[in-house]
Amino acid sequence: MGRRGIETLVGGFVLLGIVGLAFLSLQAANLTTYFGQGDTYVLQARFDNIGGLKTRAPVRSAGVNVGRVTSITLDPATFEGVVTLTVDARVRFPRDSIAKILTAGLLGDQYIGIDPGADEAVLQPGDRVAQTQGAVVLEDLIGRFLFDRAADGSTPAAPGGQP
Amino acid sequence: MPLAELVRQVGARTLGVLQSFGRAALFFVDLLRALPAALRRFGLVVHQVHAIGNRSLLIILASGLAVGFVLALQMYYALARFGATESLGLIVNLALVRELGPVLTALLFAGRAGTSLTAEIGLMKAGEQLAAMEMMAVDPRERVLAPRLLAGIIAMPILATLFSAIGILGAWVVAVGLIGLDGGNFWTTMQVGVDVWDDVGNGLIKAFVFGILCTAVALYQGYQTDPTPEGVAHATTRTVVISSLAVLGMDFILTALMFSTS
Repeated sequence: MGRRGIETLVGGFVLLGIVGLAFLSLQAANLTTYFGQGDTYVLQARFDNIGGLKTRAPVRSAGVNVGRVTSITLDPATFEGVVTLTVDARVRFPRDSIAKILTAGLLGDQYIGIDPGADEAVLQPGDRVAQTQGAVVLEDLIGRFLFDRAADGSTPAAPGGQP
Repeated sequence: MPLAELVRQVGARTLGVLQSFGRAALFFVDLLRALPAALRRFGLVVHQVHAIGNRSLLIILASGLAVGFVLALQMYYALARFGATESLGLIVNLALVRELGPVLTALLFAGRAGTSLTAEIGLMKAGEQLAAMEMMAVDPRERVLAPRLLAGIIAMPILATLFSAIGILGAWVVAVGLIGLDGGNFWTTMQVGVDVWDDVGNGLIKAFVFGILCTAVALYQGYQTDPTPEGVAHATTRTVVISSLAVLGMDFILTALMFSTS
């Protein structure tokens, strides 16, 4: 095979590799989420417990993706978790919106859900979301359930009663 | 006294192993020094990429397809127990892109391209071609060895990427075509769960490292073989064994570094 034939084959080989990489990145991974963000702005929210929230977790409102979590840090003065959100610029939330940490499905990854409020004034870039609800910690929930059961059990009208 | 003799032998063997590591390391440094010359004569590199990369394409694609099929089938049976079959795409993708793609491609590469490199260099040495080149003031490292190293470094990541890609496609054929899972879900769980930089990127880094490893081992074994037919055969099998062990060991180290939960 001549020199040009070999060069063509090698060129085809490299192009095939690039196509494979493009396929892997776009169709089979999340490259598209790094682009097409358009204009965004930054909001801040403080939680007393962020649970399993990770950076790059989605920010959703009414279940629709509107942004990403960009950083999570601890405020050493108040010991609250400080979460920085990047939100799509086309969506402006009212000042009394609530930011909650929710779980996708029962055991899925955690994300930030924003419930819009009724205020006419909107949150400006750099503002803090005033009302937040921290993550549900399973152990606290179980503890509360057991405590409630114990409280119920000590009242005289216990179900399953006395013979 | 046989015990003293035994101890002496152990010491001699250990020193021998260390010496061979040292010689291999020096050889590798020499190759790296010869790389710029290989870059200047890129036609040689292209020729080698054809010999190493293009020629391996068939076995890599066929193996990738088969591994994709089998992964989808086996993971389906495991996931169906927990009712989590919609994660099949995600699991197959992560398994291929992070681990099986780079490692299996490296093992196949060592078997196919590595042995052909070792045999070629070994026969050149046995036929005294390398010595003849040196006499003509042509550095065999620049002319023969460095282009092959560069070609291996270029070809391996491409082959690993193609292995993973065709494996995912094969899994798609089995999962959606054969088993009947939801096609849209298959791709969506992947797009949400697989990160380009952390997963695909780390897999590429692994493939790159394995490429250097396998090619360098193959070239070294060929270069220092006994210049007899027996020696060449011996060197060829040693290439496969050492490459495979090195790849698996390096994979453990790289996985621990890259994918440690922090």
